[in-house]
Amino acid sequence: MRYIEPHGHMVSRTTDDYQDMVTAGCAAVCEPAFWAGYDRSGVQGFHDYFCQLTDYEPKRAAKFGLPHYAWLCINPKESEDVKLAEEVIGIIPEFIDKPNVLGIGEIGLNKNSRNEMKVLEMHVDLAARTNSLILVHTPHLEDKLKGTRLILDVLKSDKRIRPERCIIDHVEEHTVQRVLDAGFWAGMTLYPESKCSPARAIDIIENYGAERLWMNSACDWGVSVPLAVPRTALEMRRRGHSAEFIDQMIFQNPARFMSQCPKFNLPA
Amino acid sequence: MTRQQVLDLYFMESRFKLVEIAAFLDRVERAKGPADFRLAAFRKAMKELNGKKLGRAKKVLLSFSDPTTKPIAKAHGKGATGAWPGK
Ligand SMILES: [Zn+2]
Repeated sequence: MRYIEPHGHMVSRTTDDYQDMVTAGCAAVCEPAFWAGYDRSGVQGFHDYFCQLTDYEPKRAAKFGLPHYAWLCINPKESEDVKLAEEVIGIIPEFIDKPNVLGIGEIGLNKNSRNEMKVLEMHVDLAARTNSLILVHTPHLEDKLKGTRLILDVLKSDKRIRPERCIIDHVEEHTVQRVLDAGFWAGMTLYPESKCSPARAIDIIENYGAERLWMNSACDWGVSVPLAVPRTALEMRRRGHSAEFIDQMIFQNPARFMSQCPKFNLPA
Repeated sequence: MTRQQVLDLYFMESRFKLVEIAAFLDRVERAKGPADFRLAAFRKAMKELNGKKLGRAKKVLLSFSDPTTKPIAKAHGKGATGAWPGK
């Protein structure tokens, strides 16, 4: 089995996780910028984090033979402070041309506030100006439906943005349809206690088709499973899906989306 | 998959989860003090399970969701509770 982990916060994971992922067939890992679990005290903290994502972490992954890609932004959880967000967005151009950077992400909303909306619009503008791919985080739990609606409105209202170059992540049964109908890609996050279980993710694939869907573990410092994607592949096999279809879901689809950035290259 | 295959794969797991929910409701009832909006939201969402049409998971998720469309003035904290308090 081969697969791509399109959304993993590897700076929070151990080398054992890298070993397990590669053993399970991981061919590339993509790491969106994330909240650290605490608010960083200033722009310098983000500078250091972006250095980690674009320099140190790809070297750590390379020790296990794993290509590592990154996405940059200030996470929606830290977007209430618009002044800080402006400063952070101001330093992203220093990093955007690094060889492992695929685009702007994971941007989006957390509590659906006005300031979060402002910062989302600033990120979308940066992505449009730099012709970058976009990876969007949709809010948690009761906030997801409203946040997804607001995010789609922002993306659709910027005419420079092409939906096929944006992935809206963490969709569930109540948001997937509107994301796909608007022409965007949709990501399903496989978490043990929230978002999607493997069984429900496969239900969504069966109900909505595999054309513009991917699955990720979104493994981070919280309750999450770095091997969630290959485990879901096993569940797909138990449900009688073919090896070719499973490969499409866990390898070809993420590769097709990310290959829209010319920097995304997998070893032959 | 046939219905038989779905039952073979998922019946035991779903039975287990159903008993967990029943025990949770008992536990919450045995406990003292007032509940908050989450218990009412949970009971309301459970009604969707009895629907005759497909889309139960979607309806349960919608039932817990904030249905409003205007951004809030300010984010107070970062967390979500799992149910919309309805204000
Ligand atoms: Zn994430």
